[in-house]
Amino acid sequence: MSGDHEGQSGSQSGGQSFEERLARARDGAGLDRPPPEGKPDTASDSGAMRLAMRLGVEMVAALVIAVVIGWGLDRLFHTRPWLMIAFVPLGAAAGLRNVFRAMGPERKN
Amino acid sequence: MAGPTIDALSQFRLTTGLGPIGRVVNFTNSNEMMLVAVAIIIVLFSVGLRTRSVVPGRLQSLVETLYEFVYGMCIDNIGEEGRKFFPLVFTIFIFILLGNLLGLFPYFFAYTSGIVVTLTMALFVFLFTTGVGFYVHGFRFLKFFVPDGVPGWLLPLLVPIEIISYLSRPVSLSVRLFANMTAGHVMLEVFAGFMILLTASLGVFGAVASIIPLGLNVALIALELLVACLQAYVFAVLTCLYLHDAVHMH
Repeated sequence: MSGDHEGQSGSQSGGQSFEERLARARDGAGLDRPPPEGKPDTASDSGAMRLAMRLGVEMVAALVIAVVIGWGLDRLFHTRPWLMIAFVPLGAAAGLRNVFRAMGPERKN
Repeated sequence: MAGPTIDALSQFRLTTGLGPIGRVVNFTNSNEMMLVAVAIIIVLFSVGLRTRSVVPGRLQSLVETLYEFVYGMCIDNIGEEGRKFFPLVFTIFIFILLGNLLGLFPYFFAYTSGIVVTLTMALFVFLFTTGVGFYVHGFRFLKFFVPDGVPGWLLPLLVPIEIISYLSRPVSLSVRLFANMTAGHVMLEVFAGFMILLTASLGVFGAVASIIPLGLNVALIALELLVACLQAYVFAVLTCLYLHDAVHMH
């Protein structure tokens, strides 16, 4: 399919480069899981338990930082509690980002 | 009746060491253990490397294994530039490892079970890696917070997320080590307390039954040995990964 698009005209190259960019972004964000043989420590129960603990800490840490930033900015601008509320979803997103990064493919050196 | 109770947290209480002088300058038992750890490291390495034989003895081989292990970790995770950061990573690794292992001995204080200690180390690593990033890349290091291949209108949303994610590094780094060490020591103390409680409340039968928590504690000590080494390794590896980010930006 993509070969057809490429052959037709230059206007389709926007879609092509979007696919490429998406693939690169997914790769960079660690969304495409590597084949399972690269993760030996999920094999045992205690390994999985440790992993769960680790990812939990990653999520909560980002949330805590976001709430602290929001609370501090609220104190600064006297806008309590709106900035703190705004920062909670940001913190949750950052926590998920941490988890994806921690679970993603091994970095290439 | 005021029978024995399980007091699992008093083991983390800081007291002052070194007599009256220590009381004046607030020299704590935690600091004492740090000095002991540093003394052990210095003695271990100076004695271990004194012979310098081609076929190493036990002590020399231990020291060389530790050295090569951390050296390989630096090169694998940071790349060739890892050579420059080896002293830092090695210091962090061996200091945490000794703290974790010494804490397992009875009456010894595990200084890595204090959030103050781990947070200080994590903040140092965080500030150092950020400094390295700005030193190597200048202000282009700020591009680290801009994920590439993203449309411009999403950036106001994504950049704060990246910054929060970056700022959460010292928190997760310190909490992980602190929580693992504290949880392990609390578990050991609780199971040991069970033995006293059983004996006090059930007499001879309780004393016989307390072999179960004793056995559990033996198993826990083995687990704690693993956790002690693993957490030192994790802290050092994450330091390497953060340095990799700072040097290569991706």
